[in-house]
Amino acid sequence: MLPIIFVMPILQLVILSNAATFEVKNIKFGYIDNDHTSTSRALIEKFKASTYFNVLTDFPSERLASSEMLNGKIDVVLEIPHYFERELQKEKHNSLGVTVNAIDGAAAGVENVYITQIIQRFNKNLKVDLLQVSDAQIQPVTIESIPLFWYNQTLNYKTFMVPGILVLLVTMITLFLSGMNIVREKEIGTLEQINVTPIKKSQFIIGKLFPFWVIGMGLLTVGLILARLIFNVPMVGSLALMYFYTSIYILVVLGIGLFISNFTDTQQQAMFISWFFVVIFILMSGLFTPIESMPKWAQIVTEFNPVKYFVEVMRMVMLKGSGFNDILPQLLKTALYAFIMNGLAVWSYKKIN
Amino acid sequence: MGISVSNISKSYKKVNALQNISFEVKPNELFGLIGPDGAGKTTLFRVLTTLLFADEGVATVAGFDIVNDYKKIRNSVGYMPGKFSLYQDLTVEENLDFFATIFGTTIEENYDLIKDIYVQIEPFKARRAGKLSGGMKQKLALCCALIHKPKVLFLDEPTTGVDPVSRKEFWEMLKRLQQKDITILVSTPYMDEAALCDRIALIQDGKILEIDTPEAIVKHYPKQIYNVRANNMYQLITSLNTYEYNHSVYPFGEFVHYTDSRTDFNPEELKAYLESKNLSHIEIEKTKATIEDTFMELAK
Repeated sequence: MLPIIFVMPILQLVILSNAATFEVKNIKFGYIDNDHTSTSRALIEKFKASTYFNVLTDFPSERLASSEMLNGKIDVVLEIPHYFERELQKEKHNSLGVTVNAIDGAAAGVENVYITQIIQRFNKNLKVDLLQVSDAQIQPVTIESIPLFWYNQTLNYKTFMVPGILVLLVTMITLFLSGMNIVREKEIGTLEQINVTPIKKSQFIIGKLFPFWVIGMGLLTVGLILARLIFNVPMVGSLALMYFYTSIYILVVLGIGLFISNFTDTQQQAMFISWFFVVIFILMSGLFTPIESMPKWAQIVTEFNPVKYFVEVMRMVMLKGSGFNDILPQLLKTALYAFIMNGLAVWSYKKIN
Repeated sequence: MGISVSNISKSYKKVNALQNISFEVKPNELFGLIGPDGAGKTTLFRVLTTLLFADEGVATVAGFDIVNDYKKIRNSVGYMPGKFSLYQDLTVEENLDFFATIFGTTIEENYDLIKDIYVQIEPFKARRAGKLSGGMKQKLALCCALIHKPKVLFLDEPTTGVDPVSRKEFWEMLKRLQQKDITILVSTPYMDEAALCDRIALIQDGKILEIDTPEAIVKHYPKQIYNVRANNMYQLITSLNTYEYNHSVYPFGEFVHYTDSRTDFNPEELKAYLESKNLSHIEIEKTKATIEDTFMELAK
C-alpha cells in the first residue's frame, strides 16, 4: 500500500503538470488565398514562422475548408480576399476572414488572440512598406503597451500548475485514505472489538488520523522536491511557512474524511462521497479556472472550500514569497475549519449505537 | 457479580430482536445461550457489552449497570464477537500486544491466564492473524479477550466454522477458565455443546423458551422418544409423517426420533404400519431425549 500511496501521486504530478496546460499550441491552421500576391504570401509566411500554428493547408475554396473544419482536421481558417494587396494600397485598409473552431471556447479565444497579434504585427510592417511620402504627415500616433509579468516572468505554465497539482494530490490521498479507514474497520468488524475496550474516542481518532497526517506531510515533501528538480519551480517564500500551513490544512481534510467515515457503512459509500467532495473542491478551487470569473453565488460557495485556501497559499508563498502576515486570513480560516470539522468528527463518532 | 438481565427488549425497525429477556448468570458459571441463527443471541451480546442500547429493561454485568457504568464494564469484560475481528495484518504477537496496551496491561502481567491457550499458537506468533487457520484464529481471539483478566467473558458463537477437534479443545479451555474466577456467557447454535454448559437458556425469535441445567431441561421432555430405523430413510420419514398418530418426527443421524401422540403407544403397531409401507429392517427402540429434541419440542 505504501508504494502505491507515494508512487501514484508522483506519477500524477509529473504527468499532469506536463499535460494539463492552458497553452494553446499545435493549432491546425488552414488558409484560402484568393489573392496570390506577394503581400498575401508574406502574411501566410508569418503564420508559418509562428510556433503555435503547425499544420498548414492551402484550400482552393471555402467550401472545402468548411468541410475539413467539420471533420476536425483544422481549427482555424484564414481567408484572404481577392485583390487583397491592391485594395490595401488603394484604400489603406482591408479585411480578412478568420474562422475559428469554438467547440472549446477557451482555446478559441486564445487562438483568436494569437491570430490578431500576428496580423497586427504584419500590419505594422506593411505600413512601413506601403507608406508613401505624402502619407507621412497624417500618420496616427500609436500607443504601445509593454506588459511585465510579475512572479512568473516567462508565463511558464508549469510554474503556475505545479503548486496547484501538489495541493490536489495531498488533498486527494489524505481524504481518501482517512475516509475509507474507519469504515474499513466497520466492514471487517475490528471496530466492534475496539469499541468494547476502554480506549477513549479522542485517543482512537488521533491514533487513526496521525499516520495520514504524516503521509500527507511526506507527500508534500516529495512533491516539493520534484517541483524543484524536474520543473524548476521557483520557491521564493519560506518552506517552513508552507509546512506550517500544510500541517493545519491536512487536519481539515482528515476531519472531513473521518466525518464521512462515521456516516457510511461501507468503503464504497465512503469512496463515492469522498469523490463527490473532491471533484467539487478541485473544480471550485481556482486551480484550473479563476474564482474571480465564477458567478457570485459560486464565489460564496468557494469560501467554504479548503482547497481554495491551500491553492492560494501555495502559490502565494512559492511564487510570490508571501510571509506569515500575508497568508494570515487563509491560515485563520483553515484553522477554524480544522477545528469545526474535527469537532464534528469526534462528536459524530459513537462507540455505542 | 455475574450477569443479571431483566426485561430487556430491543427491536430493529420491524423486527423484534429481543422481547422481555430476563435471566441471571451466577458468578463463575458457564452459561450457554442456545438458539438457531437469528434468534437474537448476537443482539443480546451487543446490549450486554455496551455496544447497543436496549429499548427497555435493565441489566448489570459484573455488578455494573450497562448504561450508567458502561466504562467500568468495558474494563472488566472480555468480548469475542462471532466474526473474527482482530487486525488481520498484524501478527499474532502484535495483536495480543495491541489489545494488552489498550487495556493498560502487558502480556507478561496476565500470562498465566492465557498460557494454556497461547502455547498452542506461540509457534505462529510471527504470522499475520489473517493467515491463521480457523481454529488458530479462535484461540488468538480468546487470548486477546482474556489479556486484561476480565471478570466476565462473552463468547458469541466461538465454535462456528471450527473443526470438531478444535471445538472440543475450545470447550476444555472454557472449563479451565471457569476455574480461574471468570463468568462465561457463551452462545452457540450447536445443541451438542449445550450439554457442556452449567446452565443453558434456549432462545428463539427473541424470546427465552427455557432456562435450566442441561440435565433438567432434558428431563422436562414430556414424551417417550423412539429411535426408528429402516432400510429407506426418505420413505421412512414420509411414512411417519403421514402416520395419523405421530406427534413429532425428526431425523437424527442414522435414526428418526419419533414420538407418538397417544399415551398407550405400542411400537409393534407402528412396525406393522411401516411394513405395510414396504419398509424392511425396521428397528424401533426407546431412547432418551436430547437437548435438540427439547428445543424442537419447545420451538414447535
